[in-house]
Amino acid sequence: MNAMIAQLPVLLIVVPILGALLILLAGKVKRAFAYPVTLATIGFQFTASLILLWSVVDGGTIRYYVGGWPPPMGIELVLDAFNSFILVVVLALALLAAVWAREGATLDIPPEKTVSFFVVFQLMVTGLAGMTITGDLFNLYVFLEISSIAAYTLVASGRSARALIAGFNYLILGSIAAGFIVLGIGYLYVATGTLNMGELAVMLPASYGLATVHAAFLFLMIGFSIKVAFFPLHLWLPDAYTESPSVVTILIATATSKVTAYAMIRVIFSVFTPQYITESFPVTDVILIIAAIAIIAGAVLAIAQDNLKRMLAYSSISQMGYIMFALGVANQVALEGGLLHIMAHAVMKGCLFMVAGMIIYRTGYTAISQLAGLSRTMPITCAAFALAGASMIGIPPTIGFMSKYYLVLGAVEASQYLAAAVLLIGSLLAAVYIWRVIELMYFGDTHGNDLHSGREAPLSMLVPALILAGACLILGLFVDIPLEVIGPAVTVLLGGS
Amino acid sequence: MIEDMFALFLTRYNYWMAIILMLIGLYALIAKQNLVKKIIGLNIFQTAIFLFYISFADVSGGTAPIYTAEGTSALYVNPLPHVLMLTAIVVGVSITAVALSLVVRIYQEYQVIDEDGLLEVMRRP
Repeated sequence: MNAMIAQLPVLLIVVPILGALLILLAGKVKRAFAYPVTLATIGFQFTASLILLWSVVDGGTIRYYVGGWPPPMGIELVLDAFNSFILVVVLALALLAAVWAREGATLDIPPEKTVSFFVVFQLMVTGLAGMTITGDLFNLYVFLEISSIAAYTLVASGRSARALIAGFNYLILGSIAAGFIVLGIGYLYVATGTLNMGELAVMLPASYGLATVHAAFLFLMIGFSIKVAFFPLHLWLPDAYTESPSVVTILIATATSKVTAYAMIRVIFSVFTPQYITESFPVTDVILIIAAIAIIAGAVLAIAQDNLKRMLAYSSISQMGYIMFALGVANQVALEGGLLHIMAHAVMKGCLFMVAGMIIYRTGYTAISQLAGLSRTMPITCAAFALAGASMIGIPPTIGFMSKYYLVLGAVEASQYLAAAVLLIGSLLAAVYIWRVIELMYFGDTHGNDLHSGREAPLSMLVPALILAGACLILGLFVDIPLEVIGPAVTVLLGGS
Repeated sequence: MIEDMFALFLTRYNYWMAIILMLIGLYALIAKQNLVKKIIGLNIFQTAIFLFYISFADVSGGTAPIYTAEGTSALYVNPLPHVLMLTAIVVGVSITAVALSLVVRIYQEYQVIDEDGLLEVMRRP
């Protein structure tokens, strides 16, 4: 059993890659076989991630040398308190999205395409898992591209022809971002002669004064900012989220954006160091200002939307601003809030996009104005939306409140009172765009509006959404449980042991 | 001053070439209307990065990194960036394949492959 656990980090990558081939083979035999294999593989990944988190909490950082080659020759997989936590969050979301996909995929994916859809879906999850656990910078780029290429394909597989254009634009911007990231990695290699993150962190401080290192930092930051859709570089996001199939939106909005944010934080804090971004190359103030603009601008743009999925997409831009805000403040409390918000946002945005998908599944409505009186026919769906929405606004005792509370505490601790005010304004604006939907759902007059089949969505879609809505509340009430993992994770980031 | 710049250009011309190619690629990505030309721009952009990696790994007078007989030594170029670029080329090819197939599908759907045309088609209800 222990030997098995020792091999788990690499199995987390190898099994799903083989699984993707197996899905293809199973789909060739009979189309209906593809889905169970996908579910089993992602289920395996999730179980493995739970075991890994447990052994990391129990026994400290796990290092795995791929092929038995120790770094700097070989590639290293590293699991510490930070990324094992992200891994569990991301794979839990991927698993719920896969469960949701049983019925949800039929909404946008023509039956003859389901097999290839699940193959690409599986590859994307594999790429994300790889990005999370790798300890090698170039390997990070390779996994980033595996998941990104899969994402371009999945976005373009939407039913409307506009999805093709959204996918194409995403591909162009994503590839430019990837190009910048490789270039940054190349500069770091020139400066140090290694690609291992741990070694880079040791060797880089000697060359902090070099323009090469500054250029590397900027290239990496711009690249990752495009990938996470950090405010002025977000242009691919609204179309991609709106036009792609609902299942894909759930996966991209939760898993992909969170893993990319993780990678960015990892590069800033574990390859470069907190000293670098505060002293050698002071960028925290700039990040803070842009994050504040992102929070406000994303929320204002969200208020202006009538398409439910597009509104949630702009809200994502605003919420990513909160995570970047934590990087800008960069103290213990704010970073705890930021990591908590990575989980919180994944959970609540996953739930909201699932609800948006279920509404489309049952009624075909995409516009917010069409949702009037929906609570009469889909009460459970609307309740899930209300709960996750409350978390999005930050009403206690939900998880969204707890993460924003820590962010505000961190900002106040760093004497950034103006920035703390921005967080509160962001919450107020979130209340405007979320409440508008809730009000229409519950108190809107149907005006004889034909709400089609007055039924709830199928159970396989409803249950994942309810689990996430429940998680918003339960994680908020028992916030100590995630904080027990996040506390050590932040200490790792800030350079403690 | 100007002579210094010129010397800097001449001694580091490989990096300058990579940067110039990269900017040509970026220009094509931003300014070209035709989607296929955008993909060509993307390819030029990626190739510039490959060349950057390959050229910084070079050692003047170096030979191929092949195992030499016991006791002898040879000056050889750094093989790692070259291997990395093999991976990056595979990534580039996959991206090009996906991009081209998207353009084919867009053309089947709208009968246009330039941005202005697409905007016009999409404005129609």
